[in-house]
Order: sequence, then structure tokens, then C-alpha cells
Amino acid sequence: MTNPAELRYTAEHEWVAVDGPVASVGITDYAQRALGDVVYVSVPAPGTRVTAGEPCGEVESTKSVSDIYSPVDGEITEVNGDVDEDPGLVNSDPYGAGWLMRVRLDDGAAEPAGLLTADQYAALTEEQE
Amino acid sequence: MMTPDEAQPAGGQPRPTPLRAVHERLGATMTGFAGWLMPLRYGSEIAEHRAVRSAAGLFDLSHMGEIAVTGPGADAALDYALTGHMSALKPGRARYTMICAPDGGVLDDLIVYRLADTEFLVVANAANTAAVATALRERAAGYPAQVDDKTSDYALIAIQGPHAGRILQSLTDTGLDQVRYYAGQPAVVAGREVLLARTGYTGEDGFELFTRPGDAEPVWMALTRAGEADGLVPAGLAARDTLRLEAGMPLYGNELDPDVTPFDAGLGRVVVFDKPGDFVGRAALAERAAATPRRALTGLTVGSRRVPRHGYQVLWDGQPRGTVTSGAPSPTLGVPIAMAYLDPGTAQLAAEETAGTRLAVDIRGSAEPARLTDLPFYHRPR
Repeated sequence: MTNPAELRYTAEHEWVAVDGPVASVGITDYAQRALGDVVYVSVPAPGTRVTAGEPCGEVESTKSVSDIYSPVDGEITEVNGDVDEDPGLVNSDPYGAGWLMRVRLDDGAAEPAGLLTADQYAALTEEQE
Repeated sequence: MMTPDEAQPAGGQPRPTPLRAVHERLGATMTGFAGWLMPLRYGSEIAEHRAVRSAAGLFDLSHMGEIAVTGPGADAALDYALTGHMSALKPGRARYTMICAPDGGVLDDLIVYRLADTEFLVVANAANTAAVATALRERAAGYPAQVDDKTSDYALIAIQGPHAGRILQSLTDTGLDQVRYYAGQPAVVAGREVLLARTGYTGEDGFELFTRPGDAEPVWMALTRAGEADGLVPAGLAARDTLRLEAGMPLYGNELDPDVTPFDAGLGRVVVFDKPGDFVGRAALAERAAATPRRALTGLTVGSRRVPRHGYQVLWDGQPRGTVTSGAPSPTLGVPIAMAYLDPGTAQLAAEETAGTRLAVDIRGSAEPARLTDLPFYHRPR
């Protein structure tokens, strides 16, 4: 699966889709393949503040547990209840139905800093493979 | 997040098995394991696990060590070297046993096949093969017996699951109904000579086939074709680990290590005191057998969806009273399960506790309520 060009990425394998004042966040296809079957995702409840680069949740797979780092500063507005019901959505559709949370950005519509383009992220994961 | 591979230090170049090309064609996710390049999963490890429980799975276990012990003194040498009564084993039969240090600590758990009166095959865990071969050589020194590490001479393929027997039967003239659990004998499968054993590490009925390295791929492909209509799928080490955990089977490095004796692990039955001659670890093990246990290997189920992992503390009224040795989300039970060593007093109290509020696992800083569960977690229907 190619990484969608319109998304931004972190070196910790999260993706971000910025739509005006709100960012959707998930984990990348590379991440879900590395983890294997996802069995549980824990993200903060709506209303919780998150800080870019800080752990804000965790992904449990069969073999391991990994922190989710918030890619942005802001406040959680929504979490994906479908993923809570069926964590396998993170494996089957990481950039779509497997999104994890939505965050209202602190700086309004300003582009969050320090994120990678799809090409930059692809180069990073190629190095790791 | 950090992916599991990034969390692991890079080691040397892992050694491929004779089935490497097959795994590559299948698009397996490969992983380094005990110095070998092994398939971790082919697709979804949960789907592979379920296929083994409901149909059948095909495993490459060529990383396992095969050590030949031969000669007129092979049986006496193994009686001395191992905890089991190997001289009592009949040709064609196999036994689960252990090799212990003089202090009773477990150096490895093993399956020993007696192929003939003077010929045994000792199957060791990949990480321990060299150490087991060395220990066997030292311990056999006074006997007319020879110890040879034959790992490079064998590939090992397992077919496990309720349909394993009928799939394998279509490729061999050996009557599998006549092959008992823990038996191993020469056979021809798909036209290739193999050692065919009714053993496994999944909690299901199944067979293990020791082949020549060059025969591994044709045997694997023949089984794949024969099993197509019966739901046979290739299964990786990830599924193997959750299958053995549900079956309550110990994994060396998790439940077993040099600091535990077979008695700690609830496997005192592998230590046979009334066999001829002395054996390494006898005095220490006799002491352990007579003493109150230092710890108890227990099963736990956890109420939350967060998973207890190797090394997490087990709490009783908030106080650490044990350690998780293995944990995973159980595909069959649908909840996280774990094996853990508890101090015996806590294990006793937890077994009697009905409210389910005092026992917990410290999962990354939060105490998640747990219950003691009889091992194994899973019994296959008969």
C-alpha cells in the first residue's frame, strides 16, 4: 500500500490529515504490518488535551504493545468507536476506517510543524526495511 | 509509536531454513528468532491460530535442534544426562523431558525420540541447541555413546489441527491411526523418506515430519496441495506462540530457565528418580521434590482488554507477589491470558478468592483485575 500523498506523517509511524481546524490521526500501513493483528487501541477521551511528540495512547497487538504519540497539539474531539468494536480495522484500512482520533488544533488552521511528507516518510521506512 | 522491530537490537545475519524460498513466495513477514530467519506470520496471525484450532496449519520448525545420540551406551548416557528414564523408552516412542544443571535448574526442555535400541534423536530449542549438544557430549563422555549435532541434516515441518491426520494420510501409506501420541517412526510422505512423529506444540492433534533439507520444499508443497480443500494454511511463529500458550505449554526463556526447576513449573513428572544410576541434578531435584514449592506456575485471565506481557508484575492487594512469564490476547477465549509465577501462598489465596478484586496485573502502571484460571486455558474437543 502506498502512503497517501495528501497526509502528513511522523517518524513514529502516525499519520495526520489536517482539515481546517481539525486533524484526524491514525497509524500507518507500515506500522500495522509491523505490529500484526491489532486487538485493542486506547486513545484519550474527547476533551483531553494532547501534546505533539508526547504519548497519548497505546496499540495492543498479539505480540506487543506500542505507544501512540500525538502528532499535534490540541484537544481530542472524537475517537473512532468502530475501531473500539473492531480493532482489525486498523489492519485492514489504516488510512480510512481505521482512523483513531480527531484533534482540534491549538493554532487554528495553521499547519502543524515538524511533520513528514509521504515521500519523506517512505524514505524513512525504506531505510528501516 | 515504535514498531517491534525497532525495539529489538539488530544482531548478526540470521540463518535461513531450507523453506526460505517458500516463505518468500507466500509473502511471509520474517523475523530473527534464536539466530534463524523464521516466518512470523503469513497474513493475520489470529486467522492462522483459528485455522489450526478448526482445520489445520502448516509450520516450518527447521530452527529446532536435532542432536543424535548413538551407540551401545546411548540409553545409559541419556539416563545420566537427562531427567527422564530414557532407557525405558521403546524404539518408535518419544518422550518430553528436560536437561538440568547440577543445581536442578532447567537448561532446556526436550523431546527425545528413540529411533532404535542404540539410536536416539534429541530435539532441542533453537536457542539452546549448541549448549545442549555440549552438555550431552560432556555427560556422555564415560559411556560408549556418540553425540552429534545434526541440526543441519534436518528440516522440520509440523502439520497441526483437527484435519491434520486426514491431510497427511492422503500422502502416506503409513496407517496414521496406528501412530500413537508421542510415537515417531520412519515413513514415506509424498515419496520422500521422513521421520514421522505424532507430536506438537499447539494443543491440537498433529504430526511433525523430520525431512532431509532438500525434501522440505516438496513435502511442504505436497501438504499444501493436499490440504487445500481442508482449510490448511501456513502458520507462523506468532500463531505458534498463542497456540502453545492457550494449551498451557511452557516456552523456554519464558516459563523455563536455569533459575527454575521442573517442579517450579509444575512439571515434576519429567523427573524420574527410580531409574538406574545417578543423573545430573539428582540431589538438588530430590531436595526440591521434598520441599514446599518456591513458586507456582499459574494461569491468569484479565478482565480488561489490555494484555499482560512477559515480565509484568502480578499484584495481590496491590503488593507484588509474582511475575508474568507469557501473555497474549487469546483468540479462542477472546480475552487476554497469561502464565505467571506466583508465590505459593498467594496462589493458594487467589484460588480461593471469589470476588476477583484482590488479584491484579500491573499493566504499565495500572492494576488490571485478574483471575486465577486452571491450565491449560484450552482443551481440544475429543
